[in-house]
Amino acid sequence: MPFLPVFLPTDVLFWFLIAGVAGYAAYCLRRPHLALPWRRVFRSGVALACAVILAVFTLAALLDSVHFRPRLPAEGSGGPAYSAEVLSLLDLALSGIRGKNERTYSAPLATRLYAKEVVEVREGPDAGKQVREYPRLRYGGAHLASEQDWVGDVFARVGAGLVAACVAAALLGLAVRRLRRRAPDVPWKAGGAALLALLVLALPIAFLAPYYHVLGTDKVGQDVLYLALKSVRVSLIIGTLTTLVLLPIAIALGLMAGYFRGWVDDAIQYVYTTLNSIPGVLLIAAFVLMLQVFLERHSEWFYTAAERADARLLVLCVVLGITSWTGLARLLRGEALKLSQLDFVQAAHAFGVPDRRILSRHLLPNVAHIVIISVVMDFSGLVLAEAVLSYVGVGVDPATTSFGTMINAARLEMGREPIVWWSLAAAFVFMFVLVLAANLFADAVRDGFDPRVRVGGAPA
Amino acid sequence: MLAYIVRRALYAIPILVGVNIITFALFFLVNTPDDMARMQLGTKRVTPEAIEKWKAERGLDKPLFVNRGAVGWEKLTDTVFFQKSIRLFAFDFGFAEDQRDIANEIRTRMWPSLALALPVFALGLLVNITFAMILAFFRATYLDFWGVTLCVAMMSVSGLFYIIGGQYLFSKVWHLFPISGFIGGGSAGKFVFLPVVIGVVGGFGASARLYRTLFLEEMSRDYVRTARAKGLGEAVVLFRHVLRNALIPILTGVVVVIPSLFLGSLISESFFGIPGLGSYTIDAIQAQDFAVVRAMVFIGSVLYIVGLLLTDISYTVVDPRIRLE
Repeated sequence: MPFLPVFLPTDVLFWFLIAGVAGYAAYCLRRPHLALPWRRVFRSGVALACAVILAVFTLAALLDSVHFRPRLPAEGSGGPAYSAEVLSLLDLALSGIRGKNERTYSAPLATRLYAKEVVEVREGPDAGKQVREYPRLRYGGAHLASEQDWVGDVFARVGAGLVAACVAAALLGLAVRRLRRRAPDVPWKAGGAALLALLVLALPIAFLAPYYHVLGTDKVGQDVLYLALKSVRVSLIIGTLTTLVLLPIAIALGLMAGYFRGWVDDAIQYVYTTLNSIPGVLLIAAFVLMLQVFLERHSEWFYTAAERADARLLVLCVVLGITSWTGLARLLRGEALKLSQLDFVQAAHAFGVPDRRILSRHLLPNVAHIVIISVVMDFSGLVLAEAVLSYVGVGVDPATTSFGTMINAARLEMGREPIVWWSLAAAFVFMFVLVLAANLFADAVRDGFDPRVRVGGAPA
Repeated sequence: MLAYIVRRALYAIPILVGVNIITFALFFLVNTPDDMARMQLGTKRVTPEAIEKWKAERGLDKPLFVNRGAVGWEKLTDTVFFQKSIRLFAFDFGFAEDQRDIANEIRTRMWPSLALALPVFALGLLVNITFAMILAFFRATYLDFWGVTLCVAMMSVSGLFYIIGGQYLFSKVWHLFPISGFIGGGSAGKFVFLPVVIGVVGGFGASARLYRTLFLEEMSRDYVRTARAKGLGEAVVLFRHVLRNALIPILTGVVVVIPSLFLGSLISESFFGIPGLGSYTIDAIQAQDFAVVRAMVFIGSVLYIVGLLLTDISYTVVDPRIRLE
């Protein structure tokens, strides 16, 4: 095989989660009463546009969640040797910008380095002398014969990108038209507009990226665009896998507390009051510090740096899940208290249905809307929390690129003269778009699922 | 009322014991004192003597739970668990890695934290409620729409960006305020102003939007319709009826954090170099100083429980229908 597949735990869980969501969607589609709230959600143009943007982010994260180790060129005898570096499909797709490292910072689209260096003059009358100047970049704009061509070249590439975007827009327009005829009450125009906006941004960048560092380079010369795209996976993993950890705990304990009452309720309330009373960041920090020592002690478990970093990411998700299930559990307890008084639960009880079945068949479906709303609402908070935790030093592995580590590095760069603003700006824009889309989508989901908000919600 | 308070205070004891058990388990069961000694001492090749010395200095050279070598009560009291966690109840926190008295450190660092956290809290509450009321007053207009849009956009920005951006603009470009640092007394205002403004801005989006929802929910009640029907002006309805009733749900979220203001804010204190408890905690986390982290966890839980109690009491003040029994 030309490569050795690497199954990182978070990769497997993330794919598993996406498969689960797809399965749930298929399940809903065939049941009108489950599909109805989702139909209400997607009747809003904003929701569809945000869903499109989130889907694009998810696609990048999924590509970045298929890892492998490429085979090294055979050297002498012995079996096949594989590189210690773990790559992903996204790395392959971005091979045009990956690994094209400069020596240090360079501004977006620059052709020269940010810092002066001693360079030997090659041509002209002063050939052989050493001068201090801004050296040309190794990759950024290296194809230009002379730097005077820079403006024309950049404009030509952006223009080509925009032309491609126009073609894409025409195709999109046709697709939207057909879809509107099929399902007229879905705001396809808004979804198409969101996709088009992304394409108008992405296509010129795609045309520029192989020849320039579109968002500049960071301290060690890595392309910032590449770093930002790699950070998307960490954000999505933290935002989604954490809920995978907290949902079973919150659902089981919340429903049991509300249904059984008595000492079960007291015990569960005691547990979550205790957990809640420890300040959140401190609890997470304590957990992460301890598990960090634990992982360090067992460093022999991991073959590659990527595996160790991944273990730490998984630990972070588990810790966030353990510390943040209390809010949902409290909501579910209140709801279960209310529901267990209703006739259908009383009737099931009278018929001798076992508690386990009442909990899973009668209570769980009736609190599903609360669970869905809280999962979607929590996502953006978790993405933001990652940045703060990485700043505190209890976030992802320092070797992992995430928005938190990018912001953390950018903090020192703001003090430089002239200021290095591009990595901070890149992290800001990517995070802002992701979190804003998640927030707006969460609002739409809440409006669609919350039984109190039934404005004009005529049954389909 | 008094009986209720006493009962709640007693209920705090099992919770604090639970907090202690959790932190103890986190700090001492996942990693034995030997592991911690090895990590603090740094290198892989430390002598067993060095480890023993490190443990003895910190009183970690005892058995974790049961000391079989001792007699009588000392079997339970002469252990790491007892020494390290029961003492916390007497607010005896011991010493940090740098041999400073933690309790003393907390007493001096509390004031800078309060100087920052209290204005952020009060000013933030005032701004958020005012803005939410304006949006509720102009509900379903363009002003409302754009106000909510602003809130959603602002809550989608990580708090770190507000701090970095504010520091850059106001301190570095415009030279209006010092970038970081702190002097107590009268000149504290100069150092605290920018962090306070940034703190208020950072918390604005989410809270203002939440309060607006609470106001709107309250405005759809029957008593509001009655008040309008009897001819009261919209302003009177809003201030005399809606505001006072909407304060009840607002209080739920707000009163509980008041005692925790002592702990300060982790992020902005360390960004602005304010020597409060927040930056103390961050430094302790980064230096892996477990004694300090445990002390802060304990204090944090005590303050949270006090906050819960205050919340209950404040209910009876704002809502006479509620009686504590």
